Amino acid sequence: MEQAILSGLQGLINGFLHLDWRSVVMIIVGFVLLWLGIKKDCEPLLLVPIGFGCVLTNIPLADLMGAEGFLRVIYDMGISNELFPLLIFVGIGAMTDFGPVLASPSTFMLGAAGQFGIFLTLALALALGFPQLDAVSIGIIGACDGPTAIYVTSKFAPHLLGAVSVAAYSYMSLVPVIQPPIMKLLTTEKERNTIMPAMAGSVSKTTKLLFPLVITVLGGLIAPKGLPLLGTIMLGNLMKESGVVSRLTKASENEIANVVTLFLGLSIGATMVGSAFLRAETLIILCLGFVAICLDTVCGVCFGKIMRVMSGGKVNPLIGAAGISAFPMAARVAQKEGQKYNKKSYLLMHAMGANAGGQIGSVIAAAVMLSVLAGMGIIK
Amino acid sequence: MDNFTFGVTMMVCGMGGTILTLYVMSLIMRLLGKCFPEKKGGK
Repeated sequence: MEQAILSGLQGLINGFLHLDWRSVVMIIVGFVLLWLGIKKDCEPLLLVPIGFGCVLTNIPLADLMGAEGFLRVIYDMGISNELFPLLIFVGIGAMTDFGPVLASPSTFMLGAAGQFGIFLTLALALALGFPQLDAVSIGIIGACDGPTAIYVTSKFAPHLLGAVSVAAYSYMSLVPVIQPPIMKLLTTEKERNTIMPAMAGSVSKTTKLLFPLVITVLGGLIAPKGLPLLGTIMLGNLMKESGVVSRLTKASENEIANVVTLFLGLSIGATMVGSAFLRAETLIILCLGFVAICLDTVCGVCFGKIMRVMSGGKVNPLIGAAGISAFPMAARVAQKEGQKYNKKSYLLMHAMGANAGGQIGSVIAAAVMLSVLAGMGIIK
Repeated sequence: MDNFTFGVTMMVCGMGGTILTLYVMSLIMRLLGKCFPEKKGGK
């Protein structure tokens, strides 16, 4: 009888007995992510479920990521087969207005320059000794695009999923802090003061309807390995622009996106197990992620300067910083910085064009990367 | 494949491929804009 009671009590303290220092640290990391999301409003839709998933998975003996655990079920349902990021992309396509980039197609090129950080960081990760596919996953943080980073990482380096996702989403929310000093450093006062003329004309509905179709077919032919990414974002955009499936559009940008975001966040948090996350490698990945976003900004602004020269001084290079995927945050940063130096400068619509270009650019860059890897025979 | 070759190939093909793809897309967008301009006075 006494023995049975003691055994019963033992069962109640088993969790505490199995708590090692790594679990404690990771539970604290989970709390920090929750604090960032709740108190600092830093990507709360992602950081709250990620933080909570991190806390859940590090509580010993619950085995939520075991074969029968509910977090494993969610992970297998949409992360290991890359489904969740794609569903998120349908929602992103449905939410994004590509009108500004269609009105000024040259801003597309800023969206390309804003992705160079991906490839430069990849090279840096290789130089630091990371295996090739790990380096690819680390470089993709430079896409400044959470779903793309998750898609590529879950495919090639699932053991880095937690670190890469946390880096991608954290730095995305820090764009207003990271970009302005770089923008100031790389531009002269004269360049920052440049007033860009208002965009000429609007875009016809036919063009807006043909845009997703043309991009899908052309992008798919150039980089077929990235077609899932490109196809889903363009499907969402086609639904939005067609205006005939408003129920599907609304579901994609609301219900589906919300449910998938919850599952995505929880299952990413669930990968942040102490033994896998608490390594020097994680710290290096977080540093490289920061470098990637900085390099994106550097390349975008430098390309803006080139466009300024080519246009005879009509382009304000600050809009180059908006050529990343953090939409519409990066465009707002460019507008704010432009107005800081010249109250009469209205860069928002131009920056929105570059930013929408960055949205497509990040997907294209990932698609190109996958196809180059396939071409080299590194992936199937 | 050694890391150096891999890194250089990814940089050249990756950056080149991205900029080329987006350039072609921007040309097509320009063409679409010219073929289907917004009608003045339309909705």
